[in-house]
Amino acid sequence: MSDQTYVTSDPRGSITQLATPSRLEYFFTAGTSLSKNLRGYQRGQFIGQRCPVCSKVYVPSRGSCPVDGVALTEEVELKNTGTVTTFCVVNVPFAGQSIKIPYIAGQILLDGANLSFMGLIQECELEEVRMGMRVEAVWVDKEDLVPSLASVKYFRPTGEPDAAYETYQEYL
Amino acid sequence: MSKIPATRQGHRPVAIVGFSQNHSVRSDSTSNEVEMLLPVIHDVFDRAGLTKDEIGFICSGSTDYLIGGPFSFVTALDAIGVWPPKSESHVEMDGAWALYEAFVRLQEGDLDTALVYGFGKSSLGDLDEIFNLQLDPYTMAPLHPDLVSLAALQARAVIDQGLGTEEDFARIAARSRRDAMNNPFAQIKRDDDVATLMSEPYLVSPLRRHCLPPISDGASAIILAAGEKAFDYAEHPAWITGIDHRIETHAFGARNLAVSTSTAKAGAIAGVGEGHVDVAELLTPFAHQELIVKAALGLADSVSINPSGGPLSANPLMSGGLNRLGEAAQAILDGRATRTVAHATGGPLLQQNLVCVLEGA
Repeated sequence: MSDQTYVTSDPRGSITQLATPSRLEYFFTAGTSLSKNLRGYQRGQFIGQRCPVCSKVYVPSRGSCPVDGVALTEEVELKNTGTVTTFCVVNVPFAGQSIKIPYIAGQILLDGANLSFMGLIQECELEEVRMGMRVEAVWVDKEDLVPSLASVKYFRPTGEPDAAYETYQEYL
Repeated sequence: MSKIPATRQGHRPVAIVGFSQNHSVRSDSTSNEVEMLLPVIHDVFDRAGLTKDEIGFICSGSTDYLIGGPFSFVTALDAIGVWPPKSESHVEMDGAWALYEAFVRLQEGDLDTALVYGFGKSSLGDLDEIFNLQLDPYTMAPLHPDLVSLAALQARAVIDQGLGTEEDFARIAARSRRDAMNNPFAQIKRDDDVATLMSEPYLVSPLRRHCLPPISDGASAIILAAGEKAFDYAEHPAWITGIDHRIETHAFGARNLAVSTSTAKAGAIAGVGEGHVDVAELLTPFAHQELIVKAALGLADSVSINPSGGPLSANPLMSGGLNRLGEAAQAILDGRATRTVAHATGGPLLQQNLVCVLEGA
């Protein structure tokens, strides 16, 4: 069977390719917990939640402690400062890129948080960025605040001495 | 002395010892998947009287296409809390198939308990476009047939082959909605008379709105326990004495849409006909499909079908099949029945079907 060729009387020849266009659009339900975090961005605040069992603070929170499987109820406002746990200097262009390369993407562990998230680091020479570097958030102007991480323009070095490795080694 | 019924396939006896579901709603706009699942997981642990530390295996059923995000089943594990690490798996199918995998896993003999859950938010996307993606990509998907039109083709085949009438469809819908009035978790609860339903205009001939399931967000969970261990968690465990699932071709033209060969095969292997059936919970989201599955399983008219209200009163995708297993098991757990049948389906127009026979001691 495999050596048979498809024969057609259609003058346009055999069909060799077929496109099935499809477009899926979705609503997104942030949920109760993440909504608190997103509303925080709108006010220029980092809001996390603390686990009642292990006391870890998750920012952003999805509503449950992934270790203990219990609902998070206590809200925690975090400081504007944190530590770069690890980083990447992005030199490669990709589709949808909105920032001019090269730039620094860093994992930021906010002070008092037990979960890091990715943030843009600017006002920093590429060769200066390092693990343990202390940074602070630079927010957009008040009238431009939105319920998303877009409210944070970027993080920049504070100039403080680097954080000791022991303070962030669990978050790598 | 606790008695465990003989299993048809000679397998290690495994029982459903706990079931929990949340209220099916048209759109749960305040909870994300984890928040929707969390109360159900806690409730099923409470019902079976155990903690997550006693669980040997975890298996879930869901699909990323509903939420539009990758690896949503990994995120969902936040609702369980997986430390210390557990052996865990997932099927991109209804939770009923997750239960099947857990059942098979427990046959290994080294683990005695499993947590199974299914969850889905049908409210987030366009179901016609999403479910188009499960069709044959060359000959069917380019046509973009919507769910109701496809179901209407099947309903038409049922009528043409003399296997049912539009009045039968309306009677099934009326019974389901009426039974749902006793189910706190159901979504469509109404006392409609058949004549009123028949006066509705066609949505897609021969289907009227009442022949269709509601669109539902929901989640459910089940605890399985093997052997004597089951009696630690339930007074009347619902023993799986037979379970099987079969699939048919994806080519609609190669199937007689009015009969379900795969259901008949799975039902025969599970041993449906080898005893009386008190209750049958069937995942037949379109009214006419109940006639097809009922015939394939050879269920007598005396069998109580979908006393929970079934999928015509609540149709949470990805947990609807698990709900059928849960409802069929609950009848035994509550001492209301001694032998029940659960059915789940996946794929378009009853393409794949799972049948499970549950028995009390």
